[in-house]
Amino acid sequence: MLELSHVWKTFNAGTVNEKVALQNLNLKLEPGDFVTVIGGNGAGKSTMLNAVAGVFPVDEGSILIDGQDVSALPEYKRAKLIGRVFQDPMMGTAATMQIEENLALAARRGKPRTLRSGITAAERAEYREKLKILDLGLEDRMTSKVGLLSGGQRQALTLLMATLQQPKLLLLDEHTAALDPKTAAKVLEATKKIVESSNLTTLMITHNMRDAIAYGNRLIMMYDGHVVVDVRGEEKKALTVERLLDLFSQASGSDEVSDKLILS
Amino acid sequence: MDFLDNLNGFVNALPGAVAEGLIWGIMAIGLFITYKLLEISDLTVDGSFCTGGAVCAAMMTAGFNVWFAMLMAFLSGMAAGWVTGFLHTKCKIPAILASILTQLGLWTVNMAVMGMRSTMAILAVNNDVMVAMVFLEEVALGMKPFFYHPILTVGLFSAVIIGLLYWFFGTERGASIRATGANVHMARAQGINTDFNKVLGLMLANGLVALSGSLLAQYKGSAEINMGRGAIVIGLAAIIIGEVTFGKLFKNFALRLVAVSLGAIIYYIVIQMVISLIDVDAQYMKLFSAAVVAVFLTVPNLQKGKARHKKERKEVQNA
Repeated sequence: MLELSHVWKTFNAGTVNEKVALQNLNLKLEPGDFVTVIGGNGAGKSTMLNAVAGVFPVDEGSILIDGQDVSALPEYKRAKLIGRVFQDPMMGTAATMQIEENLALAARRGKPRTLRSGITAAERAEYREKLKILDLGLEDRMTSKVGLLSGGQRQALTLLMATLQQPKLLLLDEHTAALDPKTAAKVLEATKKIVESSNLTTLMITHNMRDAIAYGNRLIMMYDGHVVVDVRGEEKKALTVERLLDLFSQASGSDEVSDKLILS
Repeated sequence: MDFLDNLNGFVNALPGAVAEGLIWGIMAIGLFITYKLLEISDLTVDGSFCTGGAVCAAMMTAGFNVWFAMLMAFLSGMAAGWVTGFLHTKCKIPAILASILTQLGLWTVNMAVMGMRSTMAILAVNNDVMVAMVFLEEVALGMKPFFYHPILTVGLFSAVIIGLLYWFFGTERGASIRATGANVHMARAQGINTDFNKVLGLMLANGLVALSGSLLAQYKGSAEINMGRGAIVIGLAAIIIGEVTFGKLFKNFALRLVAVSLGAIIYYIVIQMVISLIDVDAQYMKLFSAAVVAVFLTVPNLQKGKARHKKERKEVQNA
């Protein structure tokens, strides 16, 4: 469903701040894969997601989504295939617009924006039903401005928006990192429910190893701009944090398991 | 009594101030699209306002019908907006700088439209203008029917524009423009072509600004190269005055536009008051307007700061 081959990306090339963020990154996702992504700071997790989403072009390599080469497409065109939830709850929604307006915008992802009405009565009824599933009481506040919602509510709404139009690929960039533990758990459960019910191909970055082990059918660990650990199936189910750290030191060729990786 | 004379003068000047405020209100509504919806400070308006006036004057002098002249004024404003949009989105020049470049370039364009002269009278020999200052008097004296009154014609015009904008910003395209201004990351993630929308917003805004300029040129009887100087300040003043005065009442999008129009009227009444009651030389007005707008832009920020402190104090007390 997603195929990254030989992807390179360098930021600030030719300056003192030069940073090779992606180094010959290769990754292939099968349809329905729910992949959790872990790795230390600067390992290239977010860069990978942003490269797939088209926030910036990559220097080399190709990105295929559902067999279509999207490497040259701008971000807004790739959005047709991709649903996204960001780490920052402020980023995924328009604060000054109503809940239902945000949903209506998301429902038209990948479709031409015409002079037809921006939201219809039929849609309102549909959104009300979908919001009920989130169980946050948002179905009764559909004309409230999104800016009035809490971070958790906004993330849940963004998640719903990302999946309103079934995407070929769902990208979650530490989408629970900014939330308190209780809310984070709730949003993660909602994520699991949505991903499994629609069998969405998903990449989820998390800073929490236990979550990375508990969720998904496959886990990858990134280091230095590429994938160093890739476990799936039965092996993934049997994974423990200790085993994960072992795998990391083997792959990275050093046994000083960096504090960064554990803590971040 | 000097003051009574002045007061009398002010009352007599009121209808004119309201009419002129309404005309500038259309410009402010255009500015509302860029400043409030797209969050772009678009200085193009200082140039495109005059472009509208100049094109209208040139077209009418060439014998074209007033409606056609105004349509051309609107389109020329859109072209100016497109240039700013192109410089901003394609050449990646910061929006404010891009708009300054367009504004500077427009000075020459405006001069050229007016035949390289700094003023151009509208010779309405065989074609009637829509509004004119003299209509105020002529209607008052019964020489013209009441529907020629500038407050009525421009008021009606504003109402139609507000109605059309209300419809447009409720469509899929219009909502996507609002989303572009509200959160560009979200907009792109939802597949919205944000660059296209910015250009479209700038075009629509400057089209309205030019339309307003064409009305002012008709009202005053001529287009003048400096007629748009400081337009952005007047527009901002109208938006802010409207928001401060009616913000709590007017939440609906159409009413927010009405508030902008009313803000422009209030602004012109205040200016008229200062000129006729205190007898201030008109040359001082630019400094006065700049100071007033600076104050109005500051006050909301101070209030926000105060509210925050209050909240923090409460939290400390409750802890």
